[in-house]
Order: sequence, then C-alpha cells, then structure tokens
Amino acid sequence: MENITIKINGIEVSAPKGSTILEAARLAHIEIPTLCFLKEINEIAACRICVVEVKGARSLVTSCVYPINEGMEVWTNTPKVLDSRKKTLQLLLSNHNRSCLSCVRSGNCELQKLCKELKVDDESLYDGEKTPSEIDDSAAHMIRDNSKCILCRRCSAVCEKVQGIGVIGANERGFATFIGSAFNMGLGETSCVSCGQCIAVCPTGALSEKDCTAQVFAAINDPTKHVIVQTAPAVRAALGEAFGLPIGTNVEGKMVAALRRIGFDKVFDTNFGADLTIMEEAHEFIERVQNGGVLPMITSCSPGWIKYCEHYFPDMTENLSSCKSPQQMFGAIAKSYYAEKMGWDPKDIVSVSVMPCTAKKFEIGRDDEAANGVPDVDFSLTTRELARMIEHVGLRFLDLPDEEFDMPLGMDTGAAVIFGATGGVMEAALRTAVETLTGEELPSVDFKEVRGTQGIKEATYNVAGMEVKVAVASGLKNAKELLEAVKAGKANYHFIEIMGCPGGCVNGGGQPQQPGYVRNTVDIRALRAKVLYDADENSQLRKSHENPAIKELYATYLGEPGSEKAHHLLHTTYVKRKVNEI
Amino acid sequence: MKSLEELKAIRAKMQGQVGLRAEDHTHTRVVVGMATCGIASGARPVLNTLADEVQKRNLTDKVSVTQTGCIGLCKYEPIVEVLEPGKPKITYIKMNPEKALTVVEQHLVRGQVVEEYTLSAAGDIK
Amino acid sequence: MYRSHVLVCGGTGCTSSGSQQIIEALQKELERVGLTDEVSVVQTGCHGLCALGPIMIVYPDASFYSMVKVEDIPEIVSEHLLKGRVVTRLLYKETVTASGVKALSDTDFYKKQHRIALRNCGVINPEVIEEYIGTGGYAALGKVLTEMTPDDVIKTIMDSGLRGRGGGGFPTGLKWKLAKQNEADQKYVCCNADEGDPGAFMDRSILEGDPHAVLEAMAIAGYAIGANQGYIYVRAEYPIAVERLKIAIAQAREAELLGKDIFGSGFDFDIDLRLGAGAFVCGEETALMTSIEGNRGEPRPRPPFPAQKGLFQKPTILNNVETYANIPQIILNGAEWFASMGTEKSKGTKVFALGGKINNTGLVEIPMGTTLRTVIEEIGGGIPNGKKFKAAQTGGPSGGCIPASHFDIPIDYDNLISIGSMMGSGGMIVMDEDNCMVDIAKFFLEFTVEESCGKCTPCRIGTKRMLEILTKITKGQATMEDLDKLEKLCYYIKENSACGLGQTAPNPVLSTLRYFRDEYIAHIKDKTCPAGVCKALLSYRIDPDKCKGCTLCARNCPNGAIIGSVKNPHIIDQEKCIKCGACMEKCRFGAIYKK
Repeated sequence: MENITIKINGIEVSAPKGSTILEAARLAHIEIPTLCFLKEINEIAACRICVVEVKGARSLVTSCVYPINEGMEVWTNTPKVLDSRKKTLQLLLSNHNRSCLSCVRSGNCELQKLCKELKVDDESLYDGEKTPSEIDDSAAHMIRDNSKCILCRRCSAVCEKVQGIGVIGANERGFATFIGSAFNMGLGETSCVSCGQCIAVCPTGALSEKDCTAQVFAAINDPTKHVIVQTAPAVRAALGEAFGLPIGTNVEGKMVAALRRIGFDKVFDTNFGADLTIMEEAHEFIERVQNGGVLPMITSCSPGWIKYCEHYFPDMTENLSSCKSPQQMFGAIAKSYYAEKMGWDPKDIVSVSVMPCTAKKFEIGRDDEAANGVPDVDFSLTTRELARMIEHVGLRFLDLPDEEFDMPLGMDTGAAVIFGATGGVMEAALRTAVETLTGEELPSVDFKEVRGTQGIKEATYNVAGMEVKVAVASGLKNAKELLEAVKAGKANYHFIEIMGCPGGCVNGGGQPQQPGYVRNTVDIRALRAKVLYDADENSQLRKSHENPAIKELYATYLGEPGSEKAHHLLHTTYVKRKVNEI
Repeated sequence: MKSLEELKAIRAKMQGQVGLRAEDHTHTRVVVGMATCGIASGARPVLNTLADEVQKRNLTDKVSVTQTGCIGLCKYEPIVEVLEPGKPKITYIKMNPEKALTVVEQHLVRGQVVEEYTLSAAGDIK
Repeated sequence: MYRSHVLVCGGTGCTSSGSQQIIEALQKELERVGLTDEVSVVQTGCHGLCALGPIMIVYPDASFYSMVKVEDIPEIVSEHLLKGRVVTRLLYKETVTASGVKALSDTDFYKKQHRIALRNCGVINPEVIEEYIGTGGYAALGKVLTEMTPDDVIKTIMDSGLRGRGGGGFPTGLKWKLAKQNEADQKYVCCNADEGDPGAFMDRSILEGDPHAVLEAMAIAGYAIGANQGYIYVRAEYPIAVERLKIAIAQAREAELLGKDIFGSGFDFDIDLRLGAGAFVCGEETALMTSIEGNRGEPRPRPPFPAQKGLFQKPTILNNVETYANIPQIILNGAEWFASMGTEKSKGTKVFALGGKINNTGLVEIPMGTTLRTVIEEIGGGIPNGKKFKAAQTGGPSGGCIPASHFDIPIDYDNLISIGSMMGSGGMIVMDEDNCMVDIAKFFLEFTVEESCGKCTPCRIGTKRMLEILTKITKGQATMEDLDKLEKLCYYIKENSACGLGQTAPNPVLSTLRYFRDEYIAHIKDKTCPAGVCKALLSYRIDPDKCKGCTLCARNCPNGAIIGSVKNPHIIDQEKCIKCGACMEKCRFGAIYKK
C-alpha cells in the first residue's frame, strides 16, 4: 500500500495512506492516550483525550480518527496538548464518583491510569454539580453505576455494532446525558442478552458483573456445605492477565491450586461437562438428520446466544439443540451422579462455576435448569471475580504450584478444551459425530476450516457419503447475518455453532478487561484461543467419546446418549420472547 | 412542466395579478375617484373595466389602477386621473366603461391622450 | 381579475397576533358589501415588521395598516375598499406624513433595506405556486436546465461571492464544487431549516413566505452537483412553515417542477421533508445528517466532510434556507449583479432579526457592509426611552457582543469575526445601559448548556462548569481566581470541542470579557452589578426624606419585608427582601431606589 510521510514531533514518520495520526504515531513508538476509541467499533472522537496539534489546523484535532496527509506536521506533546488532556481529565473527574480506593476497577481503570500519567494533581479543580444517577441492578448479571460513567460510549457501541442489539444508548442531552435503555427501562426489563461485552470494554468501574464472591465465601465458610467448583476452558486462558501475565498464558495448574487454597472442597473442570455435551449433542444431531428433525440444528452452549435467539429469532428456537450448556450439564451431574457417588444430599452441595461469561449468571436462574429439584449451579462467577477472590485471600498467584483437577469430574479431552474458542464446539462435535456415523477412526481430528477468529465461517464435510454443511458464527451481529441468510433461504446448513461473544468464550464478557490501546492493537481472541488449541494438541485424548469418565458415566448411570435419564438431567427448554417488551 | 414555454405562459398570466402589488415609482398610476359621488355616478364599472383591461393587456408592470376618494369635482364624476412619471396629470371626466376602454387603448398603450374626454376639453373650468 | 389586493400577513408573528381572524373578518365583510369579485384577499408570508402585526397592505396603493383589529375591518372595507378613502388613523404611523401618505418603501424601516432573500415575503401568496411563478419563480431553474452546464452554475455561484448564511460563511459555490468533484452513485442536497439561535427567525419567514424559492434553489443545486434527492430538515416547532413546505412540494410535483425529467431536460429531482425535534445541535451539519438518518442528532468527526461522505455516507451539500433563497436571483440576474452588493469578501445582503432594546423589532435585509449605526438608529428606529446603546449581540450563542466603540463598523463576516463576534444566522439583540453584560453572557451560556448534545467532554462538562462560575460571579461569590479559571476554560473549550457549537460556546463570555471586563470585576471585587440586574447584588432601599409613610409599598410587598408605621418613613428588611421590585413600581413619591 502507498505510504505517506508526515512529521510527528519533528521526526519523519512513514505510514500507510489512510492511517490515522494515532496509528502513524504508534509507528514512531508514541502511544497517544485514548479513552473512547475502539477501532472500527467506537470511532466517535468524543472524549477528546487524544488531541494533538496539527500545523495549520484551526483547533486541536483528535488523532484517533484524523487521517494523515502528505507533509502533515503533528505535535503530540506540546504544553497546550498536555494541558488540554489534563483539563479534559479534570472535567471528567468533576463529574465522577471518585471512590477510587475500593472501586472494582482500581488498578486497572483507564481513567485512573491517565490521571496518573498526565499528573492530574488537582482532581477537584472543577468540582460542581454532578449529573444525577441511579444504580441499575435490574439485570441478573450486571450493575450499571453511572456515577462512574465517563460517557465514552464504548458500551453502547459494542452493544450495537458488535452484537447488533443496541439496548443501551445515550439518553437526555448535555450535562444530563447518561447511558441507559429506551424509556428508562431497567436493563433487566430489556432484551439485553447478558453477554457482558459492555463490561469488557468499559474503561472505568461504571459497569461490572453482579459480584457474588461474598456468597461463595460464605458457602465455603459454612461447614455443612460441600462447595464444588467447575471452571470453563476459557478461564485458564485469561486468568493470568489479571496477575500481569501476557495475554495467551495458560494458567490451568495455578488456577486449580488457587481454587483449592481458597477453600473449595472439589475443583472440577467444565470440560467434563463439555465432553458430555458433545455426547448428547452429536447424538441429537445424528437423530435429527436421520429422522427428519428440524435443521439446521444450532448449538446451545452460549447463554447469551440463547437469550438472543429467544428475543430476536423466536421462530428459530426449535432449531436450538435441546442440550443444556456444559456448565448446566456439569451441575446436573454433580448433584445427581456425583452426589450419589459421594453419598451427599444434593441440597448440601453448593455448585459454583467460574466462567468467562456474564450470561451464565442469567442462565443459572433459567427455568428447567434444576434437574434435581435444586439449581444445577448455585453461583456463577466470572474470571474477574475469581481473580478478586484470589487477591482477597492474599494468594501470590504467580508463585503457586501447578496442580491437577479432582477426579472424576475433572477428566477431560482436547475436544472439550476448544469449546472456549469459536468453532471449537463444532470441531468437537464433528470429531464424535463423524466417528459415530462412520464407525471408523478419523485419520485426522483437525477440522481447521472452522477455526480462526472470523465472524462467520462455513465448511462442508463428507461424512459417510453425506455432504454435511456446517457454519460457525461468533458475535451476535454475525449470528444475525447468518440466520437472516438461513431464513431467506440464501444459505442451507445442517449444523450451526453460534457463540454470543466475538471469538467465542475466550473473549467473553466475564474475562479480565484489557484497556483500549491493547484491544486496538492486539487480537486478544486469537492469543487466548491459541492457549486452547495448544492444550488440545497436547492432549492424549482428543475426542469426547474417548473420555473415560464420560464412558463410565454412561455405562454406570445414564445409559445411552439421549436416554430418558440423560434427557431429564441434560436437556432443557426455551421460551419465545419479544424485543424490549414493556 | 416539460418546457419553458409553459412556465412563461403561467408567468404572463400571473404577472397581471401579482404586478398589482408592485411599489415602483416609475409606474403610471390610473386613479379612479371612488367616493360616494363617484360610485353614485358609475365609478365602479369604470374602475373594474380599467383594472381588467390593464391586466388583460399585460400592462401591470407599467400601470397600476387604483382608487381614491372624492377629488372635489363631483359633477364631472366618474373621474379618472392618469399620472405618468414626469408628465402633467391628465384628468378624464364623465367616464363610462366604453370610454375607459378607449383610454386604455389610446393613452395607456399608445401614449396618446384622449383629449375629448379630458377635463380641459370640457372647457367650462380653467 | 381583481382591482385591489389586500395582503394579510400569515407569518408566525402575525398569526399569533390574530391575522387569521382578520382574514376571516375581511372575507365576511367583503361578502357583505359584495366586493368579493373585485377585491382579493391574499395571505402572505412575513413582512418583517412583526412588532406591528397583524399587518395588512392594500394594493395597488400600498396602504400599510398595522396592528389591525377585527373591529377595524368594517371601516377599512367600507371606507378604503368601497369608497377609496384610506383610513389614515389605522395606518402604520411611519407612513403618515404631514404631506400625506408615504410609500412603505420610503419609511426608515424599509428604505435602507434591500430585499433579495425576502423579496417575495409579504408579497405573494406562498400557497399558490402560480404567484411565485408570476414573480419570476422557477425561471432560474428553467434557465439552468436549458442553458447552463453544472459547471456554469457552480461558476456563477462562486463568482457571485455568496457565502453560507447559516453561520460559518463558507463560500457556497466552493461547497458545491467539492461535492460535484466526488463521484458517487447517489448524492444529496440538504436544506438546513433547523433555525435554532434564540431570536432568529429569518429562515422561518422565508419558508412561510416564499417556500418555492428554496425548492427551486435546491433543484438548481441538485443539477449542479449531480444529486436527484433533496431533504429539508425543518424543526417541528415551525408548524406553519412545515405546512407551507408540504403544500409547495405537492404543487411543485403537480406542476412537474419536481420529479422526473424537469423541463424536458432529463434531470430528475425530488425533495422530502424531515422534521427535527428542535435540538439546537441539529443545526450542526453532521448532526443534522445523523438525525435525518434516524439516529440521535450528534455531530460526527470530520473528516470525512459531507462533500465526501455526508448523508448516508454519500456526497452531500447542506445550505441553509436564506442561502438558498438567494440562488434563483443570482442565476437570473447574474453573478456580477450579486457581487456588486456588499463588501470585498461578503457579497449580497444579510437578513437580521432585530430584537431587544430597539424600537422596530423585526426582520431586516440589508446589504453587507451596512454599519451597525444604520441598522440600529435608522432601520431599527433607535433605542426606546432615550436610553444609551451599550452593545449589540450577533451570532446568537456562538457570537459575541459589539460595543458602542464599533458602532460604525461595516457589518460583514470578517469584520464581525475580527471584533470577536460572528455573523451567525443573523440574530441581533440590542442592549442598552440597563443590561448587565455578565448576565447576558450567562443567558447565552445557559442556552448552550441546555442544548449541548453531551457527546464530547469539553462541551458537556466544560460549559456547565463555565456556567457555574458565571453564576457565582453574578451572585458576588466569585474570586479573581474564578475569573482566571473561567477564561482558561473558555480557551480550552474553543480548542477541544468536537463541533462548531462547542468551539464557539465560550464566545459570549470571551467577547464580554474583552469589552466589559470592568463589569465582571465590579461583580467580583466590589460585589455590585453596575447595571442593576443581578438580583443577588442589588438591594432596594427607601429614602427616608422622600418617603411619606403612605404604606402602599408595605401593602404590596409579597414577602412582608417592609416595616413602618403610617406617616413615618418605611424601611426594607434586607433579609426578607426578595428583590422583586414591586415596591419601587408602586411608590408614588420616587422614594424607593436600587443600590
């Protein structure tokens, strides 16, 4: 591509035509600070933190969106620029709830970091009236505290542009502006799908998951309870980030060690539930194909996707696999099969999950997710909450030894671990379905066509003489595009995997927050997914039906996949909802 | 509208109407006495004839027909005064619609004063 | 054919003062005396002298009746329309002289005006397309489509020197040229009729009085840049303008002056209305387009500029109503004609909405380069009650104050900028010695704070903090450090705001600081408001030498703050006084004064 030469702070920089000043500066090793900017998602130049001086310009310009021109001269750090940024921060602080010391984001708050960098020594300079705000805790999964909101609009941009939902946006105007839902509905009353992508991109403490670490600690401290925990595959791929490790570090062993030291009685792996899901789902798929069931069949692991389907494609809930998600399957088995094995009353079991997801908090409260008369899962924590628990009890995470999951519900295969990445469920299901249908061992377990972070992927496989057309979508806007094509008859598939979050669970709304400049420069999804694919590659067993613990479960308890008992414990139902029903 | 001619036709037709509202001192003003005396002796049809004829002949960009009160020469009513910029005032007396048409034709179009209708032709006041 | 036309103003101002009832009464009375075939009643747009409404003009003699009442109608009909005797008593007094009745165009208010944009306002019936055609309407479009290339049109507009009348003064021809240069499958022509400056209403008047001029100009613009679709973004608070626009669009479509193959030229153009909800920010071009697209009206970053990616990401031009109203006349009379009026860099005329402390409030259209003195003393008829001129505010909340020292400056874009104000859309608010300049700055800032869209930090929070400091000043609670903080915030907001509205929001403060800094300092250091406006800083007192002890003030005080017995001087309890001024108004002895 054609390059353009400009001068930044007097130094010549050559950057591709079409680059912004921000991008060109990066090539000169200058990171201009940003707050609102998210590349291709929120390019609105609202916060004004990234202002720079451009020769000949009438006023300061926002480097995040301003394209470079040949011969342009830019200064990124003049007194005027630095003073302007400082004043912008001071103005934001004048309308900000500055209870920073104990804020959930203290330490990784982007506003706090900038205030330090720009030496905002007088944080109360412009103090005056504050915009009235209320805390919205109407949703099952999250809390909005607008007193900490800086109106960067990243949340509403992600909701609309990435997820195609748009249940939040700016209300009122001027100083009274706040982010909320239409007609001031609480988020819980809207068709919010609980994906939590808004929380993941929030630079401050305005958005956070509903924290239930206190209840979990209380259960742990209750001697009458058996507190068991399961962790989703994507958690081990991101938890380390909360402790300063590079993105893409697998911390499975330290995570298990930490959970044990926090006091969980048993530390299990959601991967067990994932392998179980594949057994049921592959069986259901074969059943549908062979008996003329509703096709395409769509996966049901992602509760954000499920809620989205119920609100926005209610006519397609029959396409959803009736399988519970791995979390819920695990929970149902833990309180039945495992409880029996251990001689525990299911009522005395507190089943906790650690998920990369906020929608799981909604999922545990859904109807038909309590197979044993008690909720399959009692508390669903996000990866961030787990990190907070680790900090809270004073564990030096990086120094912990690597430990192994407890058995038998900690037994897994490589097929399960890739559930955390987009395409993983499809690949795992194909490994099992193909072998089941052909009765032969796969020459290669890799289905590389469905891997990668593209929003929509499709592939056709010849399985026992039948052309099986599959598609994979992640991110709900992509899901919408795919489903509309299906509905319009433009695309024809047998099996579709949909994950609510772009890139799948590794990029879930419950994962550690990465600041804007990281999100804008690094493909977090790919780095975290690599952890899972590496783990799969290094696994002895790479097909769910080869998991010995699963085999034993069927042999001794469930019978066959799709058996009555399996149906009772492992399958669920869906409801048809409306959009923003008032 | 598919041609400029159509537009021009509408314009020509309407100019008579809206031209009445011009406030231009280069206009010729035709003033009809419309006081009780004038109306009683038939000023109204004179006024209407003048107004119609001026509009019909598309003279409204040059000529405006207006009314006034009693001029003071009640026995000569209906009276019509023609005031052309830079010229002495011409006063027509004992007008009727036919005479009015002649005045338009002769005076306003061709610029020739219809002497026989004028006050000066009446002779008995000087 | 009618011998007489009675024009009654149907603009918003006159409609509010009862012109519809006047029209009804007039028609009834004409019917009663049998004149309906001879006298035509025409409802027109605004004449400009809104303070005198309802206004009625009788043609051909052009008698200008002002403040007409329904009761006056029978007399006007029987005397003027039937018998030809002008009812002098009811005429606009400026037109009545010792030697008789003078033409309206000879009055001080109209004499110095030059009406191009307003030429048909008050003259034609805006709801009859033929009347517009009768005054030369659509001839410019005809000329453009049959005789000119798009480049000819753009060259004519560029040569005329026409600049945007909506605020910034960007050269209109250049704007068109840039949009023409960008190739695209679809382009748009937009009209900004979202007039939002407090006190400015020229665009409304043009839309109400001459809507076809805007439609014609937009079609010309469409031809010039290669667009087939226009949008008029008009505020819903202008119901009459909206209605007239709807009628005008329907008539133009019916006459095939909008639609397919106009004048057989092969050029298609159509226009749709979009109603705005009256947010000031939607006057900003990118916010306006965002709003037309159906989103929350907020500005978006530029570049890309609308000429590259505007409405629906297509090349778009946006001009305001007054700018468009000039276009057909420029096409018909030529660029030289237009360029012969005005100053070196500001050609043609500008419409101002005169308001505030001035005798003739209303709309005036003056050649660029007319001095403030001419506008205020001659056209505006001076300041009422013999008060002294203090300043004129132009440019609305984005503009500034022009003090008496610049009374003789020729009004044009660049001169106004150089003295710290701006043309804006043409509001002109006159202030006399009784106006407090801090209070004026506060007034405009209150507007900006209220109307900020809330997108960017400097405007959303910065203007609010400015207002808080100003409020402190007007209450006598501010320090000189606050003034310094205020001034620094002004410069910061100018530099850092996302759009023109934020960038200009500090102007009212900066310009009053520039010319009236001593007033700010008086509020801060001496805790007084020199003009006696800021309530917190003034007190009402009773002069014991003048007070007769009549008790009238005490009886009228709403808060029981006046103490005293009959025939003894009274005293005002300053703790209780709410500074409403009722006592001062009531006192018959001039014993109560403000301090």
